[in-house]
Amino acid sequence: MARRRSASRADRIGLRAAMADRLLPFVVAAMSFLAALALAGSLAASALATHWLSGAQGLVTVEVPDPATPVSANGPHRVDAALALLKVKGLADAHVLSQQELAPLLKPWLGSAAADGSLPIALPAVIVAHGSAAADPSALESGLDKAVPGTLVESGTRWAARLEALTGSLRASAAAILVIVALVAASVVAVAVRAGLAQRREAIEIIHGLGALDSDIANQFARRAMRLAATGGLIGALIALPVLVWLGRLSASFAVDTPAATGAGTPASFAAALPPLLWASPILFTVATALIGWIATQATVRGWLKKIT
Amino acid sequence: MIRFSHVGLNYRHIAPSGGAASRHGDTTALDDIDFDIPEGGFRWLTGPSGAGKTSLLKLMYLAIHPTDGQIDLLGTDTAGLDRRGTALLRRRIGVVYQDFRLLQHLTAYDNVALPMRLARRKEVHVRADVTELLRWVGLAGRLDHRPDELSGGEQQRVAIARAVITRPSLLLADEPTGNLDDDQAERLMHLIASLNRLGTTVVVATHNLGLVARHPAPVMELEAGRMVRHG
Repeated sequence: MARRRSASRADRIGLRAAMADRLLPFVVAAMSFLAALALAGSLAASALATHWLSGAQGLVTVEVPDPATPVSANGPHRVDAALALLKVKGLADAHVLSQQELAPLLKPWLGSAAADGSLPIALPAVIVAHGSAAADPSALESGLDKAVPGTLVESGTRWAARLEALTGSLRASAAAILVIVALVAASVVAVAVRAGLAQRREAIEIIHGLGALDSDIANQFARRAMRLAATGGLIGALIALPVLVWLGRLSASFAVDTPAATGAGTPASFAAALPPLLWASPILFTVATALIGWIATQATVRGWLKKIT
Repeated sequence: MIRFSHVGLNYRHIAPSGGAASRHGDTTALDDIDFDIPEGGFRWLTGPSGAGKTSLLKLMYLAIHPTDGQIDLLGTDTAGLDRRGTALLRRRIGVVYQDFRLLQHLTAYDNVALPMRLARRKEVHVRADVTELLRWVGLAGRLDHRPDELSGGEQQRVAIARAVITRPSLLLADEPTGNLDDDQAERLMHLIASLNRLGTTVVVATHNLGLVARHPAPVMELEAGRMVRHG
């Protein structure tokens, strides 16, 4: 008879086969896939919010009805008075939108009449500006109302705060999903380990009786569980990557200045479809699932061993 | 040195830390057991079936804890041991179980190697010692066989080899010659005597009074859980 392989160096107490749960990598792979999607969702929400907020936070729009009417008998026109006040307040780039700039903005509501000047009513002048003064729209509003009554101030700061709150809650949800997925993965590992312990109960009792430390036995199971979980983590993250790239390219249209949006089809656009953290997700998820496997197994085995004298 | 001081064992109350629960309805396995065995001593443990021999051995290899009294093993009060201390003390005790307790998924070689591997001995030493000992017990050609491929006597010899491979400070054997023929039994007794001469304390539980007669040594005799003879 051919000589059977004796227990290997890594399996010095012969418990390697005790955790034969071949389903474990696949279940962990599914968890890893979901976690990758959650992480991508969180990162996408952050990126889009940052992009939108950078444009919105410093923007102020002022509508001046009856722009050509003087503010007083010999005073300037209302639009000029509003413009001057904005510049005094530090919004140096304030300027009145021309008819050509305004027409595309009004077209969805007023149609071609907005462009050819055939409207029966006078449109207000629209002034746009960027600057730190826009951060306090109430002060600006009251100042303008005193100088040029009837003006309407629209500040990006107001809805930027709401957008920020929405993004924060999206990020918190994604973090909660990641935690839940990690806990489910740990539970799956614990169930597999318990099955392995039950299968080898007698052998473990014998080994324990021979003087094995709890750590000797727990490490044997943990090494195996770590390998299985890490394999699952890697598989799940690798399967998630093409999906993430596809989603990344879809969302690129919201960030028009990124290479993914401007150079579609090029290697640069492919690489830019995902943030570096997501490209690194196969490594991160392999390490994370290995860690989850190790910790969950150690806790499960050591708890189980306490029932043995 | 092994010292049992007023040791009692009640089977309803076998618990990792003893306990002070009510004893109503309990079965007394051992009652007021009191003895000393000096370092390097040899004792036969005899008595009829159910007298408490296996229970006494289980107390000595820390598989159970007494409900009363104190046990000192190899200079250690077992009541004060934590899990790690218990495991490390077990490594100094070799046990030949009545039912062999071999690991069915390991070969004879790996079963015997197990205590050395737990003690983290180098594999080169493991190979040399295990091969030599298995050859000595007549199993040189059976190294790669699993227990279910071995006869009862062969399994018993593997169990004996596993118990003595680390040259333990204390060797406990429960009917070690039960499945051996006379020649093998004599070889085993020769091995045990050799270990005893090298300083290992030995306790052998047996029904075989002929064996006891051929190898004179102090006898501890149990009857209904009480020590009725020691010396």
